[in-house]
Amino acid sequence: MIRLNDITKVYPMGKRELEVLRGVNLHIKQGEMVAIMGHSGSGKTTMLNLIGCLDIPTSGSYYLDEREVSCLNRGELAQVRAKKIGFIFQTYNLLPQLSALANVELGMRYAGGIDYERAVAALARVGLSDRAKHKPSELSGGEQQRVAIARALVKNPPLILADEPTGNLDSHTGEEIMSILTTIHNDQNNTLVMITHEADVAHYCQRIIHLKDGQVEAEEKL
Amino acid sequence: MKKWLEPLSNAWGGVKTHKLRSSLTILGIVIGVAAVIALMSIGRGVSAQILSQIEGMGSDVITVFPGSVTERGVAGAGGSAATLTLEDAEAISEQVPYVTAVAPYSSANQQLIVGGENMNAQVIGVTPEYQDANNLDTSAGVFISQYDYESGTKVAVLGSNVADTLFSGIDPLGQQLRMGSNIVRVTGVLESKGGSFGMSSTDDTVLIPLSTLQQTISQPRTVTGGHVVSSIAVIVSDEAQMNTVVTETESLLRSRHGLATGDDDDFSVFSMEELLSTVTEVTGTMTLFLGAIAAISLLVGGIGVMNIMLVSVVERTREIGIRKALGARERDIWGQFLTESAFLSFTGGLIGVAVGWGVSKLISGVGMMGEMTTVVSADIVIMALAVSVGIGLLSGFLPARRAAQLNPIEALRYE
Repeated sequence: MIRLNDITKVYPMGKRELEVLRGVNLHIKQGEMVAIMGHSGSGKTTMLNLIGCLDIPTSGSYYLDEREVSCLNRGELAQVRAKKIGFIFQTYNLLPQLSALANVELGMRYAGGIDYERAVAALARVGLSDRAKHKPSELSGGEQQRVAIARALVKNPPLILADEPTGNLDSHTGEEIMSILTTIHNDQNNTLVMITHEADVAHYCQRIIHLKDGQVEAEEKL
Repeated sequence: MKKWLEPLSNAWGGVKTHKLRSSLTILGIVIGVAAVIALMSIGRGVSAQILSQIEGMGSDVITVFPGSVTERGVAGAGGSAATLTLEDAEAISEQVPYVTAVAPYSSANQQLIVGGENMNAQVIGVTPEYQDANNLDTSAGVFISQYDYESGTKVAVLGSNVADTLFSGIDPLGQQLRMGSNIVRVTGVLESKGGSFGMSSTDDTVLIPLSTLQQTISQPRTVTGGHVVSSIAVIVSDEAQMNTVVTETESLLRSRHGLATGDDDDFSVFSMEELLSTVTEVTGTMTLFLGAIAAISLLVGGIGVMNIMLVSVVERTREIGIRKALGARERDIWGQFLTESAFLSFTGGLIGVAVGWGVSKLISGVGMMGEMTTVVSADIVIMALAVSVGIGLLSGFLPARRAAQLNPIEALRYE
């Protein structure tokens, strides 16, 4: 599903350059659930951005679904994101002016068009059918994150990326979110890659990748 | 939801979220469009008014004045050179083709007295043809007849203002009127033609037979013994032949006046058509000028839209980042912001058309411009709407480009 070959990413920082990723090799199989852990500054967010086709590597090659995406232009990358990738963010990133249902519909907007029935079904799967008309500001953090999960899943993308999905939630709500994610992952057999700080969250996954200073330091099979 | 409706409902959502801000932005466009509509309608109204007056004077008429045309216009018309004669008029009638009738006339200012009322007015000596040449109708009584002209009877047809002033409350028909040292009998009153914008109107004149004028008031003669008239109106039978008549009349008069080749004309021929085209040009320029002034405020309104859209892009940086993460392409973002700014200014345009229409109705309603009515025509409305959408797209261009080119990672991180 995901194959990273000797990926580097360098950001210009004034006159100097900041080497965030220095030769990452990684292979994630279709249907795997993988956690990426590491201290801040270890390059895990940069790596997730590359995997999510929000950015392209400075060097190295990235194959997503057997297709090299490290050489695509911005428009092609947007297409890949629309068709193949669902994002879940730490801060939910729902649009405040839209209702929960409209936020879920937005997940399909750029992936071929809005399907009302599917949006309703996706909300039901995260247990928020009765909250469809509510604005994000009227929902709790856990509920907002569930809307965000529904938005990521509604187009049934092969790859789901989550950037600290429980980072803003208390541990109880975090567990709820993780069990929803795990259930859906088991049902739909998507590939799920998430970043987390919390070891117990990471233990929901099948594999943990430890990043340090822009390189894969260790892998842990669970 | 229908696919093509989606951008619109998005735009509406954006507008709705910031009601006050959107309303103020729209207000800028409303004022601009309303100003364009109102001012253009005034311009059109004035043009229509002037044109209808000119056409009321008869577009199938050419008028011959004494004096010559210099580059600066008609010099000494009606005054210095007394070169046109009754005999010239007869010659035109007989020799120039496509001429239905000629109406020579002469005028003099006279003091008019009836009982205690007393006024100074222009007295015009006319032939019966004058009625056709000037599209005159009588509201009471009859016009000057061929008999009156041939026998020089002492009768008068009053312009409506003159009748009102001298005979307020009395039926003027059959009444006697003192004109200088002569007494004439009123046999008719002309229908009011209105008239303003510096054009003399028959409302303020008194018409008497030309022969009567010549016998009683003044009888100037040229050296060759012709009866001098102030002007000759020539009614043309076929408007397509206007130019032929003008040329023929010119060459006839040149030969009658014994002018050698190379001499300047001692008369000038003026066709209504010529006047009409000059006036149309002038009023068209005036209307455009008014519109251009109003367009400046529309431009300012457009800058307001751009300003708000730029603010909106900054404010919605995170939203743009989210949309991009969900797979929005640059053209999706372009479309979103262009639709929104076009929507804002089109709404402003619609309201502006309504307001502008209302204002122009109000202007003609309260009679601010005298008898003039304003004219709101479809082409102005369509143009104003098109321009407002155009301004929306134009002023949305820069903000939309800025939004579309945002880096999704930075946009998502934006607080």
